[in-house]
Amino acid sequence: MARKLASLTIENGESISRPNFHFDTATDLNTGRDMVRMIGAALGLGALWWLMSGLFTPLLLCLGVISVVIAVWVFERMDAADEGRLEFSFSLFRLAKYSLWLLVEIAKANWQVTKIILSSKMPIRQKLFNVKISQQSDIGQVVFANSITLTPGTITVETESDHFLVHAVAYNETDIDALAEMDRRVTEIESIPQQGLS
Amino acid sequence: MTGAELIIEVLSWIAIVGGGLFVIIGSVGVVRFPDFWSRLHAASIVDSAGVILLVVGMCLQAGPTLITVKLLIIGVFLFITGPTATHAVANAALVSGVLPLGEMKRPKTIAKKQPAKAAPVTSPRKKKARKS
Repeated sequence: MARKLASLTIENGESISRPNFHFDTATDLNTGRDMVRMIGAALGLGALWWLMSGLFTPLLLCLGVISVVIAVWVFERMDAADEGRLEFSFSLFRLAKYSLWLLVEIAKANWQVTKIILSSKMPIRQKLFNVKISQQSDIGQVVFANSITLTPGTITVETESDHFLVHAVAYNETDIDALAEMDRRVTEIESIPQQGLS
Repeated sequence: MTGAELIIEVLSWIAIVGGGLFVIIGSVGVVRFPDFWSRLHAASIVDSAGVILLVVGMCLQAGPTLITVKLLIIGVFLFITGPTATHAVANAALVSGVLPLGEMKRPKTIAKKQPAKAAPVTSPRKKKARKS
């Protein structure tokens, strides 16, 4: 907490808040990366703004540029106050492959739950059970938890450090294997590109 | 109307009508299922199949325009926020002691976290925040 306050009182804009032990080179590298990140954020926001409006009159373009600049400035200020930063290091190709696989799984699960809803007996067998997780990063765990919840029939109820508590509406013994398979796939997209990037 | 346009039109209406059907099925499930937990699952059908099919159908209707891009962005956001909201609701239910039909006792990990006496609804969350 004290460090947070200290970094807030120092001049903003500089990346002082992170503890660096090799001062010269590390700071240079970090400011360089910050510049790249800032420009990337500005380009991304500009593209998003243009896609949302689709207009080209000078007034609106000026307004767009102004709002992008304000947004990037706020990002930088927030960064100065925020100690932990999110390393997002998925490879897009693997993510796309996983998304396609997930879509197929969602379609299958949808069909199963639809059958349960429409059948006259409603064969419900509810169960809460633990699922082991093997992701290292927070964002990998978030992807896994959201994938479980996105698939109809299973919901992530509670997250612990090494397992999730999952609720299933029509539990059968193969569910754990299916979730282990999903866990493996999420870990796959998470782990490999990390060495290359950082 | 050319052949390709006709095919796109037919596909888009299949997707839109199918999505509408899934929304209705999910709503029927919400009514028919017996308790809170199973109803969550019925609602998630609306979330996934209904949303996907409706967005795809509307994209086909809009064609290669900016509207399609906006629809896809909406779809991506719903994909991220939907499960998060479901998880928040389910977690709140568990913490406040709503158990699924057929589960007689709460799972061990939760039992440890919360005292047996009825606590105010806000307390478990505060506890969690302090812990981490």
